[in-house]
Amino acid sequence: MSLYSSRRRTNALATTLCWTGTIFGLAWLVLILGALIYEGARGLTPAVFTEMTPPPGSSGGLLNAIAGSLVMTVIGVLLGTPLGMLAGTFMAEYGRYSKLATVVRFINDILLSAPSIVIGLFVYTVVVARVGHFSGIAGALALAVLVVPVVVRTTEDMLLLVPSPLREAAAALGLPRSHMLMRVAYRAAKSGIVTGVLLAVARVSGETAPLLFTSLNNQFWSTDLNAPVSSLPVVIFQFALSPYKDWQQLAWTGALLVTVAVLLLSITARALSSQGTQK
Amino acid sequence: MEAGFNRQTRDNSVSDLAIVDATPRAAEVDRRKVLGRMALFDFFFHNLTRAAAILVLLILGGVIFSLIYGSLPAIQAFGLGFLTTESWNPVTEKFGAVAPIYGTVVTSTIAMVIAVPLGLGIAIFLTELCPHALRRPIGVAIELLAGIPSIIYGIWGLFVLAPFLQQHVQPALISLTGDIPVLSSLFAGPPYGIGMLTAGFILAIMVLPFITSISRDVFDTVPPVLKEAASGVGCTTWEVMRYVVIPYTRVGVIGGVMLGLGRALGETMAVTFVIGNAHKVSSSLLAPGTTISATIANEFTEAVGDLYTSALIELGLILFVITFFVLAAARFMLMRIEQKSGA
Repeated sequence: MSLYSSRRRTNALATTLCWTGTIFGLAWLVLILGALIYEGARGLTPAVFTEMTPPPGSSGGLLNAIAGSLVMTVIGVLLGTPLGMLAGTFMAEYGRYSKLATVVRFINDILLSAPSIVIGLFVYTVVVARVGHFSGIAGALALAVLVVPVVVRTTEDMLLLVPSPLREAAAALGLPRSHMLMRVAYRAAKSGIVTGVLLAVARVSGETAPLLFTSLNNQFWSTDLNAPVSSLPVVIFQFALSPYKDWQQLAWTGALLVTVAVLLLSITARALSSQGTQK
Repeated sequence: MEAGFNRQTRDNSVSDLAIVDATPRAAEVDRRKVLGRMALFDFFFHNLTRAAAILVLLILGGVIFSLIYGSLPAIQAFGLGFLTTESWNPVTEKFGAVAPIYGTVVTSTIAMVIAVPLGLGIAIFLTELCPHALRRPIGVAIELLAGIPSIIYGIWGLFVLAPFLQQHVQPALISLTGDIPVLSSLFAGPPYGIGMLTAGFILAIMVLPFITSISRDVFDTVPPVLKEAASGVGCTTWEVMRYVVIPYTRVGVIGGVMLGLGRALGETMAVTFVIGNAHKVSSSLLAPGTTISATIANEFTEAVGDLYTSALIELGLILFVITFFVLAAARFMLMRIEQKSGA
């Protein structure tokens, strides 16, 4: 009888700990988002979207940083997505059981979680050190390298979900694989692949480390991608560590903007993918 | 295989897709032309996808090669001494990696000590205890935690968590452990707020969602029949987890933990904000320190001279090699559990 009650006690203790752990884990989300909204919303004025980043001790906005982030993210995604989709297609369709696909899958999974600062060093030695100066293009390239593994992974996973009878039906009509892919498989996997791209955008738009020594920073409006370009995360990093109150406030506001963008993207991606699976 | 398949369709004239309307002879010519074009396109597309796959391999190769190339000057100048020297002096150009490696290991260890039990607890909660209606919202919330960019954790850690720890937690830790031999040196010194303990704490919050979601996924691979059998002979929920689910998924859980460790080792921005960037090895967890990634992030753009830059790249190389092996081991273990659930 005492054995039974001690087992019950252990069980009650363990379940209580699991409950507390979950509440503890969720509390961080609430605390972080709460602080972010509280501090960030205070500085949310129209000037944030219309003025350039200010010199120390004066007020200003984040316009050039927002624009720089958008441009580099778009270029990075445009470069990384086709490459990722093609590689994912090879792994799911042409070379599904080949040795190459197994190796690429393994390497891709490692790239997926490789430290992003190392990717920054890679682009620095390959591009920046060769060309001799920091540039927006180098930043976009670094982001593209981060986009590729995400897109490869989701493309492969989504194509593998396409039922084989669909493929066989297309093949029975005499279509070669490439036509089957274009007309059947990609269409069936469309929402999944779009989800993957959105997740890649979400991941990349908050990245700071690979931009620190590729695109560097620029205090002014710049449309020249061959020159240093400002980006939101790098500005947040620089301003938050500064001793000036104005800059710190802008850093909080920028952090709020980045978080809202990233969370919106991942929630959209989630909604899209659940819609796709219900169909 | 591929070519044979195409030739067969052409010769046997199975496909009538290409014919719109014509006399048999003209149709035959048209069909051959269209099918030829399709086969050519297929050949082209096949090789394009293969090239893309190979390019992914080349990217990894390029990363390794460029890091080795970039760190050659430092390797030649310091040799293996780089790994055993503590001093980091840009003025005299004497560089050693001991302090950053030590900081990386210590902060990641703190992170894992906090995050592993917590992550497993949440995963158990989500798979066994949670009411069905809450399961999805809580799962999504934990995954949103994973999506928040690391710089947000950094700015929050610097302005919110570090002052809080400095005022309320660290003084208590110092006075509580003051008389206990080992702990007193672990928690010695003035409460700076920023330091290795704070960095480890932030890292724990960051890797928590990874460990949770992977453990939850591998817990879900346990066949219900096993759990039901255990419950059937009278096991409590905890005993089912402890003696059935966790042993069954051990390899996968370890894989998930290693994946979280890989993240913690390489995490840059969150740590850079709160570590304090001090190149010294101190026994106290409250003291400022540095990690490999924080050193690179803080000093790379200010590094003057080839040797300084090269030493930083060599740090990057060390980090990459460490995380590569950790991540490779993690993937290997996760692959094993996938095979198990597939069989």
